[in-house]
Amino acid sequence: MSKQPTRTIKVDVLARVEGEGALYVKLKGDQVQDVKLKIYEPPRFFEAFLRGRHFSEIPDIVARICGICPIAYQMSAVHAIERALGVAIDPSVRLLRRLFYCGEWIESHALHVYMLHAPDFLGYPDAIAMARDHPVIVQRGLRLKKAGNRIVALMGGREIHPVSAAVGGFYKTPSKSALKELMDELKWALDASLATARWVSGFDCPDFEQDYEFVSLSYPDEYPFNEGRIVSNRGLDIDASEYEDNFTEQHVEHSNALHSVLRGRGSYMVGPMARFNLNFDKLPEVAQQAARDCGLQVPCRNPFRSIVVRAIELVFACHEALRVIREYEPPPAPRAEAIARISMGQAATEAPRGLLYHRYGIDQDGLITSAKIVPPTSQNQKRIEEDLWHFVGQVATRPTAEITLKCEQAVRNYDPCISCATHFLTLHVERD
Amino acid sequence: MALRIIGCGNLDRGDDAAGMLVARRLRALGVETVGLEVIEQSGESFSLMDCWLGCELVILVDATAPTGAPGQVQVWNAHADKLPEDVFPCSTHAFGVREAVELARVMNRLPPTLQIYGIEGKQFSFGTPLSTAVERAVESVAQQLLELTRTMRDPAQITQNRP
Repeated sequence: MSKQPTRTIKVDVLARVEGEGALYVKLKGDQVQDVKLKIYEPPRFFEAFLRGRHFSEIPDIVARICGICPIAYQMSAVHAIERALGVAIDPSVRLLRRLFYCGEWIESHALHVYMLHAPDFLGYPDAIAMARDHPVIVQRGLRLKKAGNRIVALMGGREIHPVSAAVGGFYKTPSKSALKELMDELKWALDASLATARWVSGFDCPDFEQDYEFVSLSYPDEYPFNEGRIVSNRGLDIDASEYEDNFTEQHVEHSNALHSVLRGRGSYMVGPMARFNLNFDKLPEVAQQAARDCGLQVPCRNPFRSIVVRAIELVFACHEALRVIREYEPPPAPRAEAIARISMGQAATEAPRGLLYHRYGIDQDGLITSAKIVPPTSQNQKRIEEDLWHFVGQVATRPTAEITLKCEQAVRNYDPCISCATHFLTLHVERD
Repeated sequence: MALRIIGCGNLDRGDDAAGMLVARRLRALGVETVGLEVIEQSGESFSLMDCWLGCELVILVDATAPTGAPGQVQVWNAHADKLPEDVFPCSTHAFGVREAVELARVMNRLPPTLQIYGIEGKQFSFGTPLSTAVERAVESVAQQLLELTRTMRDPAQITQNRP
């Protein structure tokens, strides 16, 4: 009997993901022996240095965790603290927070769809090479991202690490006329998002489906951003305060980011596909129709189709931003008062990459006594490895260089933010 | 003629602050009073491309990766030179100064004149101070740019007067 050759596929620096990570795949013959998504970016200790700070400082500190999704961190923080302190926000503030989140989803999804993921499907090494052949399309992506940036800059005071979010509301709320100035560009962005969906729906995707447990927020009559129960397609239905009873984080030797699992059940998926599959009926008709036109079915279990789902969420976010602007009436005060008390509060909101959980303990002086943050990439990390275990087997007979590219593409299906959890992927494919 | 100087970097990461510190020094030297715009930027590609939109002449200053010669200043003409891949430290999602220039080049979005001054850094960790060599280079580049902008308004002249 001939000895099965062993191959090791290594990507030492994973490109087009946020943060620093690497990928290791070991094959014996065409059988997968080992898969590791290695996150080597150093731990950042945010939870530790939040302790002892006043609760009012937290939104500005956590915004520094990520340059791509600072609003998500701010929103999960303010909601958790407001729940701890029993603060009720004005309905107009609630609307503005949805608009703020629309801005972040638009800029993040446009960046990922056009600049990070589309080159994989079209066979380019990066967006610069793609732009040589598709300048008009890349131009559309850049303008779409900028439409999101404009919302964030107006709502947050600046595009990166916004500074307006506050416990109880905002430090400053915009005028109706300031918001209306965004409308023409958002109407263009809605059309551009529909064009984006049509464009990406034509990409060739590997025939690959998995039986996922999808986890996202669910709110009675809205596609979720800031509120709702945490639900799954396998019966999970909990309040954010029960999160740690149902989910746990595990340390694995090869990663500086913790792996989050459902207790007794294992891996799960958060992010656009989970939200789409669990909340399709909450999408506005224009987004539902766009999904049908793209051939998306519910549930969508092919992670390579997540680029199409992101495009549908772009349609939703542009449509929702326009709705909020039409309905907006400035609140009587920018924020409700928050009074310190000994308390504990938990909240989860929907970051572009998925569920983002925060929990804070607060003392009588308003100082943080404990903090826990579970970012979406930590939650998807185990699931990414499991996808690779199954996917590599499908492509194992191909040349190592092709396997490497396909594995990187599979990782990028999740738009991982390694800086949140930990900038590059290095893939090692080991074959003897 | 729209003339803009863009200083890129991160004030909290040691020598990565070099570009921003040149921008601040030029402001302190009063260049804005003669109609020159000075902008500070993180170095994120897409914001950079927006930042130079409509400008005739742009001078961008950023820190470059260490090669053992901290404080060394290199100048590139974006139209004539392709930026080396390993010189500008990567930023979020790996879209930084080099990517902005190369993406703008293929999309015909480079300003008519774009000069890039790179100041070689030594230390880039969070909270580290500016190294002495880079501190000297910041002052030197600021003085060079001050002199350049005082005496010239013609982009061709600026290109000819590269240090």
